[in-house]
Amino acid sequence: MLARGFADPVHDAQGVFRAVMDALARPGTIQPVATRLAPPAPLTPELAAVALALADSDAPLWLDAGLARDPAVAGFLRFHTGARITDDPAEAAFALVSDAAACPDFAIFANGTPAYPDRSATLVLAVSELGDGPGGWRLEGPGIRGSARLAASPLPADFSARLARNHAGFPQGIDLILAGPGRVAGLPRSTRVTLED
Amino acid sequence: MTTAVAMPETGYNFAYLDEGTKRMIRRAILKAIAIPGYQVPFASREMPMPYGWGTGGVQVTAAILGQDDVLKVIDQGSDDTTNAVSIRAFFARTADVAVTTRTRDATVIQTRHRIPEAPLHEGQVLVYQVPIPEPLRFLEPRETETRQLHALAEYGLMHVKLYEDIARHGHIATTYAYPVEVAGRYVMDPSPTPKFDNPKMDDCPALQLFGAGREKRIYAVPPHTRVRSLDFEDHPFRVQAFDRPCALCGAEGVYLDEVLLDDAGGRMFVCSDTDHCEERRADGHVGAEAAHA
Repeated sequence: MLARGFADPVHDAQGVFRAVMDALARPGTIQPVATRLAPPAPLTPELAAVALALADSDAPLWLDAGLARDPAVAGFLRFHTGARITDDPAEAAFALVSDAAACPDFAIFANGTPAYPDRSATLVLAVSELGDGPGGWRLEGPGIRGSARLAASPLPADFSARLARNHAGFPQGIDLILAGPGRVAGLPRSTRVTLED
Repeated sequence: MTTAVAMPETGYNFAYLDEGTKRMIRRAILKAIAIPGYQVPFASREMPMPYGWGTGGVQVTAAILGQDDVLKVIDQGSDDTTNAVSIRAFFARTADVAVTTRTRDATVIQTRHRIPEAPLHEGQVLVYQVPIPEPLRFLEPRETETRQLHALAEYGLMHVKLYEDIARHGHIATTYAYPVEVAGRYVMDPSPTPKFDNPKMDDCPALQLFGAGREKRIYAVPPHTRVRSLDFEDHPFRVQAFDRPCALCGAEGVYLDEVLLDDAGGRMFVCSDTDHCEERRADGHVGAEAAHA
């Protein structure tokens, strides 16, 4: 049977959006999200919540290999969002990545153009650990007072180098939402990311 | 003061806009936050008010508003002018949210052309109503060209404009909609706020969102972002100074409005921010002409 969508489509979507908005506006902060969703695995409740809140027929979704493998995932997302599921990462508004350690190169997604940098993808990565404790990255830039810390795993070993390259292309680039259990954090392209000493 | 303005309307979605429209605006807001100062095009809707009355700000507010928000609306600093009262009533009726006139109690503040005098805090969102979002529009009318100028970060035109001010008047004569550079990249129109308010945008703890309904643009300044007013080394940016305090509450260092008192040239200068003025008077501050209040 098809898993349920938001119990309250209006207010649940608003709550998830505000968490994502605050996460991107204040990189390094952890924003709680209560989803009340039980989507088909490996789609996590947080990935599903971001998709249900923001994707629709104007905003296609791209699924990583793990999510694309089980047709129940695409069925769930299609039914609840009305969004097209695309095989072409370059035309996706949102890319859902269940296996963050195997996150594909950012260059395969839309990075915007010099005149329209907003025509770019937002990647939503499922992570199991997400916090602002030590052992992660040092963040600086818009939305951050001084500097902030963020630690997430699992992620590719060269992820901070990829984030640095993404930032170097500003104003073009992709934006990231890290979705852990019951929480999200944002890494917009405007954030300078360095490995913490 | 938190008051219920009117009975909630039925037959409308929460906060008036349909969910598809909200999602479209929300996606634009997220990209605007990720690219500070860049104007994101969006599919602005017809609203039940004319262009020029804050249709852009209203759409942004409707897209972010939740049940637990406390909304404040100001028009040129005032909570009780027509535009502010109608927009506050609009959301009280279509979203049934709590409304307030107190700056520090609000979580969402929609504003037309002022930034409150009271310092904003981390939990707040300031939503600006913007008539002309393109700072270069009066210098270059073609959208195709201004878009290229932003892409190339080619802002020489704006510096020429400010220089011509100096050549003609001896100083930078631009007093409102004074152009700013956001996070070292995009030049942005702060909306027609007096330049007095420009320093408040720099390193502001609140998130600042800008909505232009007729021009169909949304842009943003995230919290704690560098916002620099354009100037020259030998003509540094300066805000207006007033030579007298508020006539009602005696406040200094605030933006003042001129109020005509009679047909014989009588006038007084009072706080443009009515909430700030009322709170000061409630705290016992008295200005020179408080008897007129």
